[in-house]
Amino acid sequence: MQIGAIVSDDRGAGGITTTATTTVIFADEEPHARPEQEPRTLKPRPSRSDAVFRAVSFSAGGVTVAIMLAVGLFLSLRAGSAMQVAGFDFLVEQKWSPETGEFGIAAVLFGTVTIAVIAMCVSVPLALGTSLLISEVLMGRLKQWSITLVDLMAAVPSVVFGLWGLFFLQESVIPVSRWISTYFGWIPFFAVTDQDGAALTDASAFTSSAFIAGIVVGLMVVPTQTSIMREAFMQAPAGEREAAFALGSTRWGMITAVVLPFGRGGIIGGTMLGLGRALGETIAVYMIISPIFAINWQALKTGGNSVSALIALRYGEASEFALSALMAAGLVLFLITLVINFAASSIVARSRSGAESEA
Amino acid sequence: MSLTTYEPSLADEVQETEAEVRTSLPVRDGVEIGPRRRIRSARLDDRYALFGAAAGALAIATLLFGWIAPLSGVVGFIVVAFLAFIAIYALLVSTTGDGREVADRVMTVVLASTGVILFGALTFVVVFTLLRGFPALVHVNFFFQDMEFAGPLDGLDVGGVAHAIVGTLIQIGIALAISIPLGIVTALFLNEVGGRFARFVRTIVDAMTALPSIVAGLFIYSAVILVFTHQRSGFAAALAISVMMLPIIVRASDVVLRLVAGHLREASYALGASRWRTVWHVVLPTARSGLVTAVILGTARGIGETSPVLLTSGVTNVMNSNPFEGPMISLPLQVFDFVRSPEPNIVARGFGTAAVLLLLVLALFAIARFIGGRGAGNLSPRQQRAARNASERDAERMDAAAARRAASAQPLEEPQ
Repeated sequence: MQIGAIVSDDRGAGGITTTATTTVIFADEEPHARPEQEPRTLKPRPSRSDAVFRAVSFSAGGVTVAIMLAVGLFLSLRAGSAMQVAGFDFLVEQKWSPETGEFGIAAVLFGTVTIAVIAMCVSVPLALGTSLLISEVLMGRLKQWSITLVDLMAAVPSVVFGLWGLFFLQESVIPVSRWISTYFGWIPFFAVTDQDGAALTDASAFTSSAFIAGIVVGLMVVPTQTSIMREAFMQAPAGEREAAFALGSTRWGMITAVVLPFGRGGIIGGTMLGLGRALGETIAVYMIISPIFAINWQALKTGGNSVSALIALRYGEASEFALSALMAAGLVLFLITLVINFAASSIVARSRSGAESEA
Repeated sequence: MSLTTYEPSLADEVQETEAEVRTSLPVRDGVEIGPRRRIRSARLDDRYALFGAAAGALAIATLLFGWIAPLSGVVGFIVVAFLAFIAIYALLVSTTGDGREVADRVMTVVLASTGVILFGALTFVVVFTLLRGFPALVHVNFFFQDMEFAGPLDGLDVGGVAHAIVGTLIQIGIALAISIPLGIVTALFLNEVGGRFARFVRTIVDAMTALPSIVAGLFIYSAVILVFTHQRSGFAAALAISVMMLPIIVRASDVVLRLVAGHLREASYALGASRWRTVWHVVLPTARSGLVTAVILGTARGIGETSPVLLTSGVTNVMNSNPFEGPMISLPLQVFDFVRSPEPNIVARGFGTAAVLLLLVLALFAIARFIGGRGAGNLSPRQQRAARNASERDAERMDAAAARRAASAQPLEEPQ
């Protein structure tokens, strides 16, 4: 049966009546022009090329998952033997000497978190300001150039940042560290003292500190955070921006009323993704910091550590059991970044669905 | 004009449309049109306020640091000058505007200064490396010799990093040969086949992007080197880079493939194309530039990452082009190895190596931008010719098929 024409008759002349009727006219009303057929099945019957494509892509997905699961399983299995010996002490012991059975990641984990927190203190204001600048203030070609520049900076190797931190930043930061510790030393976190509690002022007390490593790592993650936040801010709906301007808002008023609330998910997600990268960063930290295995509350003072720097430092001379202990440390780090990444991506995804509601 | 006075006139208009008049253009003759107003640029008095505040801040900072207070140091000078600048600028703006305008101006200045700080710092990182590396880069031998016969005290005119360049190229080549096909086909699986298993794959891949790169290196070190090969090699390093790069490439390609417009796929299916033909002729060509960009950006990350190769490739001073035998150093590891030395010449070599690495990454990024800058379906002349030829071949094939069907005078079958 064929359909000859569909005539739509819109009687809404002058916009008064709103009903419209559609009349279907059949071209040739021959009831049995074709022989009766079996009803077609709705199941797809793949052709041979389709079947091959399905099989190949399925196996590629399988191989990828197999590799990834192998990494996870292998790490957990090998980490297990060290975990059994150390037990719960693994999380609270500061020393790292697997040979004597006394080892734990309290100190290195503390160092990792310290460096990451300092990095966030440096990177989040910079990323927030720059992404707002790019999405709201800059126009035209300058905007395109800065977006490209930020993306480019995300690709700069970490060893280059490490070099810069080691050979340039270290000298320039020491006076700043000294100034902070002199005037804010009454806050325990900023104090720099020796064992007896006397304040130290010579430059060697301030080199290779968690503070310097944190600044370098912070600069390293700023481009990642900036581009995620910028994406979120640029998705803020144009209608509501214009509404804010039409109500007489200034640009900053519009940003606080529209852009920041809409970009909140992007801010949180970008910060957490940057945090994940900062926790896992190895080489810049390893180059700058002088490793110690004790919890160092004084972030400005020389000495600190991180889980990844510990692995880089100790993997070479490690015995079978020591390697298993390193694996356990790596596994803990992996689990932490995993939780942070999943939380970040779910927050980013949720915010995106909200931003699409209004155009 | 309020709504209540407007409504009756609207009703009049509706009745009038029945007659003839619809829109009347206002008469433009004799109306003076002034110069176009620039609504985005700063007003003149704003600029005076900016310049005035900057001059005042510099003066205050110089006074404080030079004469009055016992302050010193470049960083302190900049911080004091900036704070003074903000204060003076807020004061100047508040003479003409209200509180909201002051907040707007001050925040604009703050945003601009964060941008200047960030771009300044990042550019400085790059320029610093290139400048310190320049003394090594001017020697041609730096690119064509290895370090076999160069001692730690030798000048920069002996020895080079050719072995590290070759090592990087071989390692990244092997890593790409593993991760590009696997990564892109996995991304195709996630997007074009789908299903419950695909969701599982996507979750696992998302999880693995969180894997710290040092842990990838540790995995290869203990699972491949200690168990099978018993020596560090370029191949092990390539495996470690692959484990690190694979999730990045899958995720980036997944995003790109998801951006392929659904109606293109549906149009292809509606024309009767099979799934594989749709992927090959519609999805992949549409996403090509994006896929290339994803791969190149993943490559840039893979080349620059030091920590996976630190554990797996081993350190050597001699050229080794066999990835399966003996240690094979790469550029980032060579940088790391050089700068641990106390000798100034070796450190200079380290900066030179870092500059080479940086230039390599920048070149890759420029290529990615060049390819990625072209939108989907935006073809070069050669690609246009190829597409035209392909559709001509298709037309011929279909004509021939139609002729064959007509010749074999059988009743038409219902198309599948």
